[in-house]
Amino acid sequence: MLNWTRFNIVSVVFGFSFLYLPIVLLIVYSFNESKLVTVWAGFSTKWYVELFQNKALMDAAWVTLRVGLVSATLATILGTLAALALNRYTRFRGRVLFSGMVYAPLVMPEVITGLSLLLLFVAIGFDRGFWTVTLAHITFTMCFVSVVVQSRLVTFDRSLEEAAMDLGATPTKAFFAVTLPIISPAVIAGWMLAFTLSLDDLVLSSFASGPGATTLPMKIYSQVRLGVTPEINAACTILIAIVALGVIIASVITKQQETQRIKDEQMALRNDI
Amino acid sequence: MENDAEKSDFLSAILKRIVIIVPYAWLTLFFLVPFLIVFKISFSTPETAIPPYLPTFTWAEGLTGWIEGLSAFTFGNYLWIAEDPLYRNAYIQSVWISFTATLITLLVGYPLAYGMARAPQSIRPILVMLVILPFWTSFLIRVYAWIGILKPEGLLNQFLMATGITNEPLIIIGTNTAIYIGIVYSYLPFMVLPIYATLEKMDGSLIEAARDLGCTAIGAFWKVTMPLSIPGIVAGFMLVFIPAVGEFVIPDLLGGSKTLMIGKTLWTEFFANRDWPVSSAVAVVLLLILVVPIAWFQNYQARSIEKGR
Repeated sequence: MLNWTRFNIVSVVFGFSFLYLPIVLLIVYSFNESKLVTVWAGFSTKWYVELFQNKALMDAAWVTLRVGLVSATLATILGTLAALALNRYTRFRGRVLFSGMVYAPLVMPEVITGLSLLLLFVAIGFDRGFWTVTLAHITFTMCFVSVVVQSRLVTFDRSLEEAAMDLGATPTKAFFAVTLPIISPAVIAGWMLAFTLSLDDLVLSSFASGPGATTLPMKIYSQVRLGVTPEINAACTILIAIVALGVIIASVITKQQETQRIKDEQMALRNDI
Repeated sequence: MENDAEKSDFLSAILKRIVIIVPYAWLTLFFLVPFLIVFKISFSTPETAIPPYLPTFTWAEGLTGWIEGLSAFTFGNYLWIAEDPLYRNAYIQSVWISFTATLITLLVGYPLAYGMARAPQSIRPILVMLVILPFWTSFLIRVYAWIGILKPEGLLNQFLMATGITNEPLIIIGTNTAIYIGIVYSYLPFMVLPIYATLEKMDGSLIEAARDLGCTAIGAFWKVTMPLSIPGIVAGFMLVFIPAVGEFVIPDLLGGSKTLMIGKTLWTEFFANRDWPVSSAVAVVLLLILVVPIAWFQNYQARSIEKGR
């Protein structure tokens, strides 16, 4: 076994402090009494109180939440289908184009995707607002879902599904009774990823949005351009808390299901013998 | 019984259709078609109308209207981009800044990934989780956090002046340095994870063998570890470089007015100047620059997922 040398430990510690220090500072300074963001003047939660009284920010948060819930759910369905299509059917017409379209949005600069979607909405005369933002988010987050689900599908033992069908289950039933429960941790993780990407998105939303559909990142962005304020720090801290909570819950669920699955598999093996 | 089997075959055939067609149709409509529209509009002429370009090709114009419309197509927008040094510089700067930033990300990310891969098995999943976690928090927030740190009266300068390292505040925000910091910070997980994945899989006995045969620790690293981790490095490089070229938020919030990256140029062209044809042409050229790395990355991604089966 190779040692964990002092150099290794130092680089890990250094790397993680680089990753976490800015976020920690942001959280700490959201509890700052002073209006001057970078001068510490004692602990206070007044910016949170002010935040909740800021109607424009609250409205934006509500829009963001709705877009996130709707788009993540639809993106999860579409992304899972795309993952199944790529994983199950190695040969169909246009597969190369299809897999290209699944992976390209992952690295495509958002300004291009945003611009092109906007031009589509204009060309077909679709009024911009809540639904156009949601459509834009679905399109780019479904690709992330698809990658997450695919990575689970490659380790999935298809003989389980075949066994279910041999025992008389229809393909649909076999999918919902056997496949879906087994890949569900990846599907949940995909949903979470889609949801947080949607909460976070600025560029696509700015292009796709219309009157009455200002999302929280758009609002934060327009305020940040004017300068750093403790109120925005507070808003960011709440967002970070929500996401951290979500990730922790998801990882606990995944862990439980994983242990359950391993237990089930061991039981099944024991019964074989 | 035979009937049942036939029915089930029929069902799976339909199922296959649905599974493929639904996401296919979605991506075609909302990813591919929009690109074709961008491509088309990039050859149009700007016009003060709604929508602000010509020709528009509406159904009402009929075929003759369309044919007439074709004459309004022009390469003017591309010539405009080619001739104006503003755009040329923006493209060159974007590629150059992203390339440099990606190299720095590699230099920061590699030791971290290496340290993680050598960590005791029991804490590795926690370390991986810790690398992924910042990715889940908002990109905008992470960039924003750096403004408070880097600005002239910010935390970094307060620290440097309090400890007497400098006497006057360093001007970092609004310079390329700030953009480098922003890119390295925001994209670090994309670099660390693929490198970690290759290093973690590596067989430790290879290093031991090299050492037994007289290699120094550093020699073993360059001759064994490093070459074996090249797939991870390449993947990480692409995952950072490609999106960084078109980055908008980082140059806009951290960079200065002198730094023109192409994502920001496109944004201004569209939102401030409202010149849709030119912004479309800017997007098409950006895509042409990125098409080789993107195609390569797709191939790589598809291969590595399929290899896993």
